[in-house]
Amino acid sequence: MLEVHQLACARGNRTLFRNVSFRLEARSLLHVAGENGSGKTSLLRILCGLGAADAGEVSWRGEPIGVLREAYWREIVYLGHANALKDDLSATENLCMACAISGRWTTTASARDALAAFGLAACCGLPVRALSQGQKRRSALARLSLSTEAPLWVLDEPFNALDAAAVKHLEQLIGAYIDGGGSVVFTTHQDAAISTRVTQRVDLDALSATAEVAT
Amino acid sequence: MPMTAVMRSVIARDLTLAWRRRTDVFTSVIFFVIVASLFPLGIGPEPKLLLAIGPGIVWVAALLASMLALSRLFASDYADGTLEQMLLSATPLSVIVIAKVIAHWIAANLPLVLIAPLLGLQFGLPSDALAVLALALALGTPSLSLIGAIGAALTLGLRGGGVLLALLVLPLYAPVLILGSLAVEATTAGLAAQPYLLLLAALSLAALSLAPWAVAAALRISYE
Repeated sequence: MLEVHQLACARGNRTLFRNVSFRLEARSLLHVAGENGSGKTSLLRILCGLGAADAGEVSWRGEPIGVLREAYWREIVYLGHANALKDDLSATENLCMACAISGRWTTTASARDALAAFGLAACCGLPVRALSQGQKRRSALARLSLSTEAPLWVLDEPFNALDAAAVKHLEQLIGAYIDGGGSVVFTTHQDAAISTRVTQRVDLDALSATAEVAT
Repeated sequence: MPMTAVMRSVIARDLTLAWRRRTDVFTSVIFFVIVASLFPLGIGPEPKLLLAIGPGIVWVAALLASMLALSRLFASDYADGTLEQMLLSATPLSVIVIAKVIAHWIAANLPLVLIAPLLGLQFGLPSDALAVLALALALGTPSLSLIGAIGAALTLGLRGGGVLLALLVLPLYAPVLILGSLAVEATTAGLAAQPYLLLLAALSLAALSLAPWAVAAALRISYE
């Protein structure tokens, strides 16, 4: 499905990574590993088409994503570092809006259910500014359970700021999604139990080390 | 999900946000009132002079108030990551941009249109000129929002973007300002305002057909 060919990315004079190539099929879980500043977020943004690569190509079902554009974005869900929540809206309103912006229709009731599954039943009517960091992250992640029909999730540090119960719920969600035929690209610094399900790994530190040896 | 449904939700969202942050709306309206009221105070009670400069001053004040609100158009969506999600939407970005500009026009410019006749009274404009003033603003301000959106998208995330935005956008506002104040002056002189109003409407339509694509391109550039 997703094919990455000889991807390279530089920031200023510094090469973050190069020669990143992999193929992602359905039902796979790809862990992008690397130290802080190794270019994990940049790689994920390039995969989504938010950032531009300095070399190489990303294709989806055989076609470059730069050509597919909206047709590709319809099929992916990207959750970045930023939660994309509006402080003045409630968690439910935020979730409905996030779904509408991405082009998926949802009802207030199903949004509330998704939030309740993440343990936010009591505060889904409060303005998001009143929520804690972890609760904000959860309300952003609740979007995933409403987007299971999208074939690819790209998650940047999804486990950040979550407590044990929420981590467990997210792992179950990702597990069920992969069993249902979806695939996930994610980064994390935590030793999550989901690591047992990882089918592929891209280690940006190892890649940059080999690149330095080659030059 | 059809495009019109996405547009409707984005407009509803931005209007809800504007309502929950209504002090922002009030500040630009009050700014408009204060700027337009300082001139009669400074120039003194000279009916003929006030009548001559009135339309231009109300228009300049509206231009400045409208520009003041521009930086809010994308800034908060940029800061909290919502704009990223808009860039990755299955709906074309230019459609979302149109929806955002419509909501912005309603929240930031419609109040100016409604309050402008009151300010016109200070300059002793006759009632038919007041009506033309409101109509000219209603037809002209959409192009201000649309052109301004290009500037707001280009200066997104820059330090000192506010001043740069003014330098970029204000010269482009000149045609709207000229046509808008000419429409009112023509009415006070007993001439037809219609040609100017039609030209203002034409400018707004031209901006509507071109600006959203330019804004979408500028937003994508600011993320790369």
